[in-house]
Amino acid sequence: MLKFIIKRILVAIPTLLILISISFILVHSAPGSPFTDDRDISPELMKNIEAKYHLDKPLYVQYVYYLKDVVSWDFGPSFKYKDFSINELVNASFGVSVKIGFWAFVLAIVIGVACGVVGALNQNTKIDYAVMSFAMVGVAIPNFVLGPILVVVFAIYFKVLPAGGWNGGNIEYIILPVLAMSFRYIASIARIMRASMIEVLNSNFIRTAKAKGMASKYIILHHALRPAILPVVSYMGPAFVGIITGSVVIETIFGLPGIGQLFVNGALNRDYNMVLTLTIIVGGLMILFNTIVDILYVVIDPKIKY
Amino acid sequence: MRFNKLAKITLAAFLLVTSGIASQDLVRGNGAEPATLDATLGEGVPGSNVMRDLYETLMTEDGEGNIIPGQAESYTISDDKLVYTFKIRDNANWSNGDPVTAHDFEYAFKRGVDPKIAAKYSWYFKILGIKNGAAILDGKKSVDSLGVKALSDKSLQITLGQPIPYFLMGVSHITTAPVPQKIIEKHGKKWTNPKTIVTNGPYKLKEWVVNEKIVLVKNDKYYASNDVKIDKVTFLPIPEQSTELNRYKAGEIDYVYELPKNQYKNLMKTIPNEVKVLGRVGTYYYYLNMKKKPFDDIRVRKALSYAVNRKILAEKVLGTGEIPAYTFVPNIVSGYTAPVPEYQTWTQKQREAKALELMNEAGITKSNPLKFELLYNTSEQHKRNALAIASMWKKAFKGAVIVTLKNQEWKTYLEEKKSGNYQVARAGWIGDYNEASTMLDLLTVGHSSNNSFYNNPKYDKLMNEARVTSDDAKRNKLYQQVDLMVAQDMPVIPLFQYSNARLIKPRVGGYPKVNPLGAIYTKHLYIKK
Repeated sequence: MLKFIIKRILVAIPTLLILISISFILVHSAPGSPFTDDRDISPELMKNIEAKYHLDKPLYVQYVYYLKDVVSWDFGPSFKYKDFSINELVNASFGVSVKIGFWAFVLAIVIGVACGVVGALNQNTKIDYAVMSFAMVGVAIPNFVLGPILVVVFAIYFKVLPAGGWNGGNIEYIILPVLAMSFRYIASIARIMRASMIEVLNSNFIRTAKAKGMASKYIILHHALRPAILPVVSYMGPAFVGIITGSVVIETIFGLPGIGQLFVNGALNRDYNMVLTLTIIVGGLMILFNTIVDILYVVIDPKIKY
Repeated sequence: MRFNKLAKITLAAFLLVTSGIASQDLVRGNGAEPATLDATLGEGVPGSNVMRDLYETLMTEDGEGNIIPGQAESYTISDDKLVYTFKIRDNANWSNGDPVTAHDFEYAFKRGVDPKIAAKYSWYFKILGIKNGAAILDGKKSVDSLGVKALSDKSLQITLGQPIPYFLMGVSHITTAPVPQKIIEKHGKKWTNPKTIVTNGPYKLKEWVVNEKIVLVKNDKYYASNDVKIDKVTFLPIPEQSTELNRYKAGEIDYVYELPKNQYKNLMKTIPNEVKVLGRVGTYYYYLNMKKKPFDDIRVRKALSYAVNRKILAEKVLGTGEIPAYTFVPNIVSGYTAPVPEYQTWTQKQREAKALELMNEAGITKSNPLKFELLYNTSEQHKRNALAIASMWKKAFKGAVIVTLKNQEWKTYLEEKKSGNYQVARAGWIGDYNEASTMLDLLTVGHSSNNSFYNNPKYDKLMNEARVTSDDAKRNKLYQQVDLMVAQDMPVIPLFQYSNARLIKPRVGGYPKVNPLGAIYTKHLYIKK
């Protein structure tokens, strides 16, 4: 097991390096520089600005500079938000994204799994159809539609929750974004869970358990749930990273200071350091969570050994 | 029981007292996250909005944008209009209680032109015409040679290289605000942190959460703090207009940065009293790339311009207070009356007939059509405008002009436009100061925004002449001549003059009816009691 984890980490290093290199080339080949502007910036001034940020150096020198920054975990200055370093900006916003992401994730798993199980146990009944229609709607409605609907209903019409803002992450400020974000994942997890549960319920060992006269509640909780949840677990890794980092839309709708906004603004402003740093972080998280999922597999599924 | 009664009375009394005192808290939508709160390095409208509350310049503006003394209590101008001597107010203070001195201004101006600092708005010091400013920026002279000198703690002398008629207006621009030398040298680039920042304006920085909010509170060290009504102002960077509108409707914002144009009619029906429209010094126009055929042909340029029905564009496609533009400088510019070019006096039918005639004369007909790409930066509104104009061309030229729309992301679009890699491109320019040259300079040779590559020596000559004409009426006459040349040569197609439509809660007072630069200082606003 330990060997497996070490191997995973060793593989992660070249993966990240390739990721950094490709992102570096892509971000620098985008037209325009961080300082392209519609105001009258003379070539001399542009030269001065570029010199200030080492952008006048050849690309490979900048690349080496950047790798040094990465190794020392100091990602340099932001080209856009001049009063902050990349580290400060990312540190401040990462907590926001993790908080929203975590609760959305927990909600998605709890409700998603519950819906899936209920659907599977009542296969092809009205309850199943109701739960699965809900799931279909969830998959079909994009969060940029759901978010504003929630805002209109709860913030503008009933005036029970704020329409946006963060305020340090008080509960009333995170309810709507968490709902809007988790809805899609609830739906996906419910569908995956239902399918897998039906398959497990039809398998031989469940039939054996039933034949032995065990209570169905016991069978479901002790025999069926564990194998049935495996596909959900493998979905969880990428989903978690996606929830934390892919929340641009939710952050924009609710005015949350998370990393999604930094990512998008970074790309639009050609804030090279910002884009590269976030790419590395997202890439790193993706590797980390896939590794965690692999470990969870061993814990849940006795058939798997590394 | 008795307790209950007492509680009721107390509550009633409390409500009575609190209802009489409206808390002077204001929440302003602010479009985007400011790039910095360092006045010298500042850029962009959102940053300026915050910094105008944090800092005060030598001259400042009243609620309607008229220039009035700010940190300078008075000034004298030499007879040759080259030397300005400002007397700094005795009671002008920094938020830490230190007096604001002429040295602070000298430091800020020199920092602004320092090539090592490389401030993005340093070009602004160039157009202010301060002696040696341009040479310093180009690295040809030392920073010390800048024509700005503190004669004493409270007396600042600024020497110009040539008379600049709009100079006083120029030193009300936030880029020219003083910055605290000691604090900057002590804390480096982190000095704008709420814990360390020191400013000299009506407000000071209390809290700053990037991409969420900036909170300012009243600065009691400010010389006129008794006149400042709003105690606390919160700026929210909300890029999405529909999000901002929702938060306004939910009662979380008092003052919207910009309302979605497609909601305008609906809002005018439901809450007309809260919709406020201000004219702006700004023109929306199309560049015609004169380096590319057939746009080097004046007949083609004129034809394309004449065929646009600006009235429909301004009133139907946009419809939020925009004004059709036939010349380049908006009429709202103070002291300026836009000239009326001949084609403006025609009916649209006449314009279209003339357009077709000119196009045919230039050899462009249905059998030999003109095909080109119309470039714009990605935005729903630019797309709507482009679609409308393309269809006007299609109709007017009876199929002789075939337009393809091409959108690009902002920076890519800027690069393409500057390098001349386009045929026709959308553009807009918001004035930096309230004077005609803020627009007309754009079409002079060598200006980085002369993306039409228009080159008319007479135009440049008249602009240079105007620059040194100190008599306002005479200078504006010259500008009118230049403005007419734009209509004659049509290097760009002026389309409409910008407006700014926003929502303001009825409880907010002090919002002006006129403010050409759209610089709304929080100190001029108040919460109605």
